Amino acid sequence: MLPAFLPTGLLKYGLRKKYPAFRYIPGPSELKSHYDVVIIGGGGHALACAYYLARNHGITNVCVLERGYLAGGNTARNTAIIRSNYLTPEGVKFYEESLRLYRDLSQDLDFNILYSERGHFTLAHTDAAMRTSRWRAEVNKHLGVDSELIYPDDIAKLCPSLNMSEDVRYPILGALYHPPGSIARHDAVAWGYAARASQMGVEIHQQTGVTGLVIEGGKVKGVETTRGRIGAGQVMQAVAGMTSVVADMAGFKLPIRTIPLQACVSVPLKPFLDQIIVSGSLHVYVSQSSRGELVMGGSTDPYGLYSTRSTLDFKEGLLGHMLELLPMLGEVKILRQWAGMADMTPDFSPVMGLTPVENYYIDSGWGTWGFKATPVCGKTMAYTIANNKPHALIKPFSYERFLTYSQVGEKGAASVGH
Amino acid sequence: MKVMNCPLNGPRNISEFVWGGEVKPMPDETKLSDREWAEYVFLENNTAGVVREWWCHVPTSFWFIAERNTVTDEIVKTYPASEVFKARVDFAPKSERAKP
Repeated sequence: MLPAFLPTGLLKYGLRKKYPAFRYIPGPSELKSHYDVVIIGGGGHALACAYYLARNHGITNVCVLERGYLAGGNTARNTAIIRSNYLTPEGVKFYEESLRLYRDLSQDLDFNILYSERGHFTLAHTDAAMRTSRWRAEVNKHLGVDSELIYPDDIAKLCPSLNMSEDVRYPILGALYHPPGSIARHDAVAWGYAARASQMGVEIHQQTGVTGLVIEGGKVKGVETTRGRIGAGQVMQAVAGMTSVVADMAGFKLPIRTIPLQACVSVPLKPFLDQIIVSGSLHVYVSQSSRGELVMGGSTDPYGLYSTRSTLDFKEGLLGHMLELLPMLGEVKILRQWAGMADMTPDFSPVMGLTPVENYYIDSGWGTWGFKATPVCGKTMAYTIANNKPHALIKPFSYERFLTYSQVGEKGAASVGH
Repeated sequence: MKVMNCPLNGPRNISEFVWGGEVKPMPDETKLSDREWAEYVFLENNTAGVVREWWCHVPTSFWFIAERNTVTDEIVKTYPASEVFKARVDFAPKSERAKP
């Protein structure tokens, strides 16, 4: 005899033979013959763009094509830092909008992206770096971004774990302090966008590589895929790392070199580092994730490569400096290491917007600064596609800027030494 | 440590070298528009595969050419630039150039 208070729903569930997996996005389906918008690449930027196309512009006949699995490229390989304390006014405005979108993103998507505000410290070890920090702080403040130059006594109070000794190779002279600097769960960002976009009718096709583009009279008409040809009104590529290869299908060249960017995490430790610590001169950045792992990265590799291999050189260089900043890590082991293929541009700014091919749009040049731009990229690229004209925030990042000598020199990028 | 074979110094650690980018023929700047010059300076083939590139052995400031596979990270071969560039490039303005 069963007790009368046992909920029958739970009992039924317990006696079931099969437990269907919960899916955030629908399973594989057939490709349609035509879509209004086809997005090449299934990373954070592509999914964000699909989401804002559907939500802000009502364009839902959209297809996202991913050669591998969803968000498995650079979306899975970054160090998840979000900040807006850049140097150029163009960059600051753009990333500030991204930070604003990130703050509300968990509510907006009804999907917890584990957004965690930590405070971001860009350490300066040389007079040149102090000068750049002061410059960045002034540009930031002018544009309403919370950012200031602080000195060793304040740094010691705010980051008690840092080694502030002067008896090291590169003593800390000051830091650019950016309180809104944050980290978020990168997979959750991509999955949140994917889940909500597909609820609004966007189709996401994984294991579907793009092999060519159908271009007639300078206008894109469709896409050749590993599962056959599909027609498209408009096409966007968002394929960091493989940008030049896909752009070559469209028949134009870009000011981009593909260079690996490596990172690693330590074994999980008890929480001791609240802040995000960065040093442009030492090429180090580190934060502690919610799992307790120290997420560490450095500058890009010394030469270009289409590969995600890791090197000993990278770890030696990074961890040597790391030990100077946090000497207590001497006995701590590395748990995982990986690399992503970064699109490096000569001026450290992205290449976004219209291209020489009509109805073909590009979201590229995301070197070492792509994750933090995910929401704003999606929003501005969706606007660009819906209106066939670049959003005001991304006008300075056009492909044309190199041909008209109007680059946006972004010395606030993570890979730039000062 | 990865090793590169310098045509002047023999096999050396890759950390002694600096990558100089693809070898591309320099067009005649006197015949180009500003836009075409920008295309030459900024736009890259960024080929995935075997490419011919400039490399420099920093301790000896020796620039040479390497053929390298940018997908597998293999250095196919290295040789002095003189194998490709048979004549000196004259960078002086045209009016001041020596008559051939």
